[in-house]
Amino acid sequence: MSQAETAAAVRAPSPLWGLSLLRSEVGTTFRRWRTLALLGVLAAVPVLVGIAVKVETRGGGSGGHDGGGPAFISQVTNNGLFLVFTALAATLPFFLPMAVGVIAGDSIAGEASAGTLRYLLVAPAGRTRLLLAKFATAMLFCLVAAFVVAASALAVGALLFPLGDVTLISGTTISLGEGLLRAALIAVVVAMSLMGVAALGLFVSTLTNSGIAAMATTVGLLITVQILDQFPQLHAIQPYLFPHYWLSFADLLRDPVYWDQMLRNLGLQALYAAVFGSAAWARFTARDVTV
Amino acid sequence: MEPVIATLGLTKRYRGGQLAVDGLDLVVPRGSVFGFLGPNGSGKTTTIRMLMGLIEPTSGTARVLGEAMPGAGRRVLPRVGALIEGPALYGFLSGRDNLVRFDAADPTADPRTRAARVEGALDRVGLAGAAGKKARAYSLGMKQRLGLASALLRPRELLVLDEPTNGLDPQGMREIRSLVRQLASDGTTVFLSSHLLDEIEQVCTHAAVMAQGRLLTQGTVADLASSVRGRLAVTTPDTADAVRVLKEHGVIDLVVTDDRVTGELPAAGPPDLADVNAALVRADVRVRAFGTQRASLEDAFVALTGEGFDVAG
Repeated sequence: MSQAETAAAVRAPSPLWGLSLLRSEVGTTFRRWRTLALLGVLAAVPVLVGIAVKVETRGGGSGGHDGGGPAFISQVTNNGLFLVFTALAATLPFFLPMAVGVIAGDSIAGEASAGTLRYLLVAPAGRTRLLLAKFATAMLFCLVAAFVVAASALAVGALLFPLGDVTLISGTTISLGEGLLRAALIAVVVAMSLMGVAALGLFVSTLTNSGIAAMATTVGLLITVQILDQFPQLHAIQPYLFPHYWLSFADLLRDPVYWDQMLRNLGLQALYAAVFGSAAWARFTARDVTV
Repeated sequence: MEPVIATLGLTKRYRGGQLAVDGLDLVVPRGSVFGFLGPNGSGKTTTIRMLMGLIEPTSGTARVLGEAMPGAGRRVLPRVGALIEGPALYGFLSGRDNLVRFDAADPTADPRTRAARVEGALDRVGLAGAAGKKARAYSLGMKQRLGLASALLRPRELLVLDEPTNGLDPQGMREIRSLVRQLASDGTTVFLSSHLLDEIEQVCTHAAVMAQGRLLTQGTVADLASSVRGRLAVTTPDTADAVRVLKEHGVIDLVVTDDRVTGELPAAGPPDLADVNAALVRADVRVRAFGTQRASLEDAFVALTGEGFDVAG
């Protein structure tokens, strides 16, 4: 029984070894072409917006018409930093959550359809641990995606427009350094706003063995909820829809900052994460893995 | 010594009402190479999935390495290497990175020895040369080898191999068989499911036979084969006389094909074969060949299932 003896002779497992799965999960996710393509599309949005604003304002001076297009777009010509806020406001309703929906929707279902789920589980990854690693990776993707948009927008903004002191919505002026800090904070808030979508996607992902079906369902749900959020007749339920407070991140551009809506947003995201995270856990830990 | 696998009344009824495994009482002794036989659809894979904690039994219990599954999976599964229903790989990762990923999923695997263990496993299945290639470019045989390598990432007490030679060429099959023998001689218990009877006969010490969700029999391969009595075979041009003489000596179920007479020796008080042979010669039967044919596992299987090795309906 030399094998068994060797097995007993190796070092006692350290709790830190458990983090290998998370590291592997992150590495595997960000090495996929699909992930890189999604990030590429997100990085392209600020480029398009920047060029459009540049072309639009070349003849007519200061952009002229206010009110059209995403928030802050009229300030972009004066300060390239505003392209960061514009780009985040433009990608948050659809591009960002769609990308998150693809990653989260595929998380478990993709492993199931490839058959690798059974090998992860007999490794044994542990169902709860695997689910946590998947959720953490999806949240990391949210953060990376928001920062990719912000970084791309900052680069394009600096290239096409002047950079300088930032005039906030409340009229106060802050230095460019502080403006950059607020931009970073906004990117973090945007990433956290996507927590609800990530949890929803993870739950859908535990329901099916088809990665494509899970991705499509998650993105479909996202669009449906976005549409429901537009009907004035549904205002009673709208405060409970996950995208409802998304654009509240603009309150970070006030002095003093308005926390009210933003805290409501984060609370709502946490609620979605708790509800759909628990549902995903209940489903995944009780399910027969037959693929 | 406690068996490596012991199930008691293990039953799985799927949601559609289909009874996949029905009251299975399986005992796999430690140190054995255990062949798990049955036609496709007989419940082998469902059983293996229940043993590995992937499927919850409807009723009954399964103990693996002395602990109840699926509850003790966290303690049991690191000591078990498994290849279940063929390999499944990340096509966009290299063979090596696939193994690194599966090893990283095991919280009891030491990250500091990971690279060395991965290389060792690749070497053991003969994939060291192709380890850097993307897994999607692998042939079925190479995928099968990589799946085996992932079962060998750590020293295991139990290896569960579901159809391990599937997709391999004859040379590859031979290599896998010798690998299984080598692992078994190191003290690893090997639980090998297959529908290839000669494969089981060549490497296994024990076997169990399943059909339609039920366990038909289990025991040592020698006992199983001897449960089917060998047949007496006489090759002679004088078949009519031979049949007469053999009948006089109590041989039953006589069958004549061309110049060959075969029959079953009676279970109670079989005649001495030397006497039978002498009687044949005395009766002027010209005997070209005379002897008993050893019963194979295939004969045992056919006798048990009463059918060929077909897919259950």
